[in-house]
Amino acid sequence: MHWTEYLPSLMQGAWVTVQLTLYSTLLGAAAAFVFGIGKLSRNWALRGVSIAYIEVFRGTSLLVQLFWLYFALPLAGNAIGIDLRLPPVLAGVLALGLNIGAYGAEVVRGAIQAVHSDQHEAARALNFTERQTLFRITIPQAIPEMMPSFGNLAVQNLKDTALVSLISLGDLTFRAEQIRNFTQESTTIYTMLLFMYFGMALVVTAIMRLLERFAGRWRVAGS
Amino acid sequence: MLFGFEWDLSNPLAFAISILPILLIGMWVTIQATVVGFFVALVLGLIFAILKSAPSRFIAWPARLVTEFIRDTPLLVQLFFLYYVLPEYGIVLPAFMTGALALGLQYSAYTSEVYRAGIEAVGRDQHEAARALNLPSARTFTHIVVPQAIPRIVPAMGNYLVSIMKDVPVLSVVTVLEMLNVAKIIGDRTFNYLIPLSMVGGLYLIMTLVASAGVRLLDRYLPKQGLPLK
Amino acid sequence: MTDPIIKFDKVVKRFGDLTVLDELDFEVQKGEKVSIIGPSGSGKSTVLRILMTLEQIDGGIVTVGGEPLWHESGPNGLQPASEAHLRKMRAQLGMVFQQFNLFPHMSVLRNITEAPVRVLGLSKVEARERGEELLELVGLADQADKYPHQLSGGQQQRVGIARALAMRPSILLFDEPTSALDPELVGEVLTVIGRLAEEHDLTMLLVTHEMRFAREISDRVCFFDKGQIREEGTPEALFTDPNEERTREFLKAVLD
Ligand SMILES: Nc1ncnc2c1ncn2[C@@H]1O[C@H](COP(=O)(O)OP(=O)(O)OP(=O)(O)O)[C@@H](O)[C@H]1O
Ligand SMILES: [Mg+2]
Repeated sequence: MHWTEYLPSLMQGAWVTVQLTLYSTLLGAAAAFVFGIGKLSRNWALRGVSIAYIEVFRGTSLLVQLFWLYFALPLAGNAIGIDLRLPPVLAGVLALGLNIGAYGAEVVRGAIQAVHSDQHEAARALNFTERQTLFRITIPQAIPEMMPSFGNLAVQNLKDTALVSLISLGDLTFRAEQIRNFTQESTTIYTMLLFMYFGMALVVTAIMRLLERFAGRWRVAGS
Repeated sequence: MLFGFEWDLSNPLAFAISILPILLIGMWVTIQATVVGFFVALVLGLIFAILKSAPSRFIAWPARLVTEFIRDTPLLVQLFFLYYVLPEYGIVLPAFMTGALALGLQYSAYTSEVYRAGIEAVGRDQHEAARALNLPSARTFTHIVVPQAIPRIVPAMGNYLVSIMKDVPVLSVVTVLEMLNVAKIIGDRTFNYLIPLSMVGGLYLIMTLVASAGVRLLDRYLPKQGLPLK
Repeated sequence: MTDPIIKFDKVVKRFGDLTVLDELDFEVQKGEKVSIIGPSGSGKSTVLRILMTLEQIDGGIVTVGGEPLWHESGPNGLQPASEAHLRKMRAQLGMVFQQFNLFPHMSVLRNITEAPVRVLGLSKVEARERGEELLELVGLADQADKYPHQLSGGQQQRVGIARALAMRPSILLFDEPTSALDPELVGEVLTVIGRLAEEHDLTMLLVTHEMRFAREISDRVCFFDKGQIREEGTPEALFTDPNEERTREFLKAVLD
C-alpha cells in the first residue's frame, strides 16, 4: 500500500491525540495552580493534601497511574459500592492531567516563591490583604517565569498521550498499531508516526511561545 | 502462579503477601532496565554533546536536529520503532535490550544538554587561564574542565535516572516483565487489579524516594569546587 | 506640646545576636518633617520598617496616633497586635522605597489606583481621577499608560511617591528615596519631596544621605548611631555646631 493511504486513519487518531493533549494540559494547569498554591498555604490540611498529591504523582509512574485509574479504581469503587468505572477517555485525561499537574505544581510554587520580597513589602505597605497580594501582585508576576517550564511540560504531555493507546483509546499511536498489525509495514508506519508527533510537538512549542510572550508582555515594550 | 509463586486469594492481606515476591522479581527487572537504560543515555548523550558542539556546522546542525527530534517524540513510539523495524534490517535484540536501548535513546537527548550546560558553565576564563599556562587543549579538557563540570552534571543526571525508572513500565508493551507488567498479569489472572497495582504504586514511591535521597546525598558530598586532582 | 503622632518608647529590635535598636526613645509631632541621618547599619531603615509594620519589635512600645502599633489592649493588658489591628494602623502610613518597588506588571496609573480600589474601596473612576491628579503633582501626567520599566529611575520613584500618596496617609516614610538613582536624576525627585514638605501638613520621616536637602526641608534632624539617637536638633544647630564628637566626625566624612 502507498503511504498516503494510511493518512486518513492516522489523521483521525491525531485528532484524538490533539484533544487529549488539550484537555489534559488544561486539567494539568488547573491542578498545578491549585496544588502549587496549596503547598504554600498556611493551612496545614491544604498544605498536606497538596504535598501528598505532588509526591504521589511525581513519585510513581504515569503508566502505573493510568492503569490504576482504569483497572484498579473500578474495583476500589466496587468495594465501597460506587460505580467508578471510567471510560478510557476520562481515565486518560485524568491520568495525564493529574500527572503533569504534579510537575506543574512544583513549577508554580517555585515561580511564586521567586517573586522578590520587595514586592510583598510594597503590597503590605499599601495594605493589601494576603489574598489580594497573592492573586494581584505575586501570581501575575510569577506566570511569565512559569511559562518556559510549562512549555516543556506541554510537549511532555503530548508525548505521554501515546500511552493511552494501551487502554485501547483510538489515538494516533493506537491507529498506527492497528495499521501495522494489518499491513506489517513497520518502517513506513512508524516513520510517519514519529514525524507526525514531531510536527505536533513543534506546533505545541510555538503555541506555548506565543502564550509566553503574551503573559510577559509587560516585561518588554508595553502595549 | 507466576515465577513459581502461588497466590493466596483467601483474604486481601494474604493475597498481598503472597504476590509480594513476584512483584519484587519484577522490581529487580525494573532496576536492571533503569541501570542499563541510564548507561546508554550517558554514553549516547556524551556522543551527541560532542557532535552538537563540533566546530563544523555540517556536524553540529544535524546533531541538534536529531536530538530535538528524539526529544519531541514519544518513548513508546521510539520503542515500537526499534522493536519492529530493527529486525527488518537483520538486527534482532532481546526485548529487554531493545527496551533499554529505547530508554537510553530517549534520554540521551536530555543528557546531551546536561553535558553541554555543565561544560559551558565551567566558563571561558578557565579555558583562558589554561591557555595562559600553556596546557595542551586535551589536557585542559580532562584536567580542568571535566573535574569541574562533574559536580554540576551529577545531580541533573541523577534526576534523569529517577525519570528513567518511572518510564520503565512502558517496556511492558514489548513483553518485558518489569514490575507493572507483572502486576497486570496477576490482575488479569485473578481479576483483582486493585491490590497488585496499588502495591506497584507503593513500591514505586519507595524506589523514587530512595533514589532521590541518593541523588541528594551525592550532591551534598561532591566537592562544589570540582574534583581534587591526584 | 501636643501628643506626638509617633512615639518609640524603649524600643528594642534584634536580628539574632545583633541588637539593632537599643531601647530607642524617639518622638515625632504631627506635621513635623524629620530627617534621619547616620552611618550605615545604625538602624535608620529599621525604624521606618517597624513603623510600616514590615519588621516586628522585640521590646518596648511604638505608638502611632496615640495607639500602640505592635500591640492592642486585651483582657490582660497589652497583647501582640492581630492582623486586623495592623491593617487598621497601617492605613495611616505610607512608604517610599529605596528601590521604588513598583509593580512591574501594572501600568503607571494602575500602580497608583490598584490599592485605592482594592483596599479603600474607591470606584475605578474616583481612583482614576485621584491617580491622574497625583501624576500631575509629580509631573508625570503624560506617562500614565507606560509600564514601570519604560521609565527612568527618577520617574519611577516619582510614581512611587504618587502611589503612596494615593492612600492618603497622614505619615509618609522615605527610605533613602534617591540613593538608587543616577546623580542627574536625584534633583527631580527631591523637588517633588520638597514641594510635598512645603505644601502639605503630612508628617514626613526621611532617611537620607542628601545632607543639603535634609537641611533645607527638615524641622528637625536626628543623628542615629548604633541603634540610638546620638544627637538631634534643628538643621542649623546640628549641621553648623554639633555637640557630639561622633556627629562631627560623621558630618565631616559625608560632607567632604
Ligand atoms: N533582615 C535582617 N536580618 C539580619 N540583619 C538585618 C536585617 N535587616 C537589617 N539587618 C541588620 O541590622 C542593622 C541595621 O540595619 P538598617 O537597615 O536599619 O541600617 P541603616 O541604618 O538603614 O543602614 P544603611 O545606611 O546601610 O541603609 C544592619 O547591621 C543590618 O545588617
Ligand atoms: Mg537603610
